Amino acid sequence: MQAMPGPSTSVRVLVIVPAWNEQDSVGATVREIRETNPDVDILVVDDGSGDDTVERAAAAGAEVCRLPFNLGVGGAMRTGYRYALRHGYDVAVQIDADGQHDPRYLPTLIAGLDDADIVIGARFARTGDPYVVRGPRRWAMVLLARVLSRLSRTRLTDVTSGFRASDKRAIAVFASHYPAEYLGDTVESLVIAVRTGCRVTQVPVDMRSRSAGQPSSSPVRSAVYLLRAVVALGLALVRRWEESFDEGTTRASITTPEPSVPG
Amino acid sequence: MSAVNILGIAGSLITLIALFEMLRRHRLREKYALIWFVIAVGVFVVALFPVLLQRATTLLGLQVPANLLFFIASLVLLILTLQHSYELGRVEERTRTLAEEVALLRLELERATRDADHQPPDPTRG
Repeated sequence: MQAMPGPSTSVRVLVIVPAWNEQDSVGATVREIRETNPDVDILVVDDGSGDDTVERAAAAGAEVCRLPFNLGVGGAMRTGYRYALRHGYDVAVQIDADGQHDPRYLPTLIAGLDDADIVIGARFARTGDPYVVRGPRRWAMVLLARVLSRLSRTRLTDVTSGFRASDKRAIAVFASHYPAEYLGDTVESLVIAVRTGCRVTQVPVDMRSRSAGQPSSSPVRSAVYLLRAVVALGLALVRRWEESFDEGTTRASITTPEPSVPG
Repeated sequence: MSAVNILGIAGSLITLIALFEMLRRHRLREKYALIWFVIAVGVFVVALFPVLLQRATTLLGLQVPANLLFFIASLVLLILTLQHSYELGRVEERTRTLAEEVALLRLELERATRDADHQPPDPTRG
């Protein structure tokens, strides 16, 4: 779809919806985004689903990009950022297909890009929040938030939130580097962004409970989560990206211009 | 010639023949064949001249030659496995990039087809 000469002032926004076996919620998510934000383009990146995710997303009016097999959120998101870069979008926003992220906060996130390159929609801690976590999982989140706050020189409280908006600069960074590893898609990608010079900030948002599935709270799993968080963070801090591209990526493949349309 | 020497010589010769055959049938790439070739030749030389191993053992201050042999063997296998993990990681990362590109190209293709279907026939074209 070419840039519609719409009434909205020049800022072209792409909403990237990574979806893996989300047939029950993807349609509603896409429709809600369209209703609340009629000017944005929506790209659902199907991460090798075996169900009707693709059909329902397309029926709801989204562009659907189909990965041939499951790559994880990181793979789906890098695909989305590459699409955004090649089609010259000014802003890319990640919204999960499970309905957890409320698209009514989208303008708030985009407004935050005036003073930052990445805006995180951070879960607003309040009583009755279904997402109150304790134990090792809580320590992991606090540790990640502290380290990333120091790194980005702003106060960040919810760095594992996938609800985030990126401007052109961050899109270019994420199109060349976006980790596929678990936790890499949120934590490491933020470290990459900060270390390549992007400014990060957060705005408080309300999260909704997922339509299906809850984060596991068994002690063993929480401990494993803490361990993986520490490993992901540690690796992110010592790795180098500035000059290199991810394996299989070249400068040309990142900056391929928009295909010209004949006629 | 002791049984150990014969085993060593036979083992290295079988390895060399297998390597040659795999290369001939395009089942092995040269970059992997080289390291195995070096290892097989090393085993062959040591099996042929066990005195080399004994000398190296005394030189390093070890008591039993077999210990040195096992140490070197485990080290070589460790390094080789590590290298394979590295190669595997690279291949996975490339596969990921290809999968993403395929997905994006497929989308562009579907869109082009869709646009072509929805556009009225161009009168200037035959």
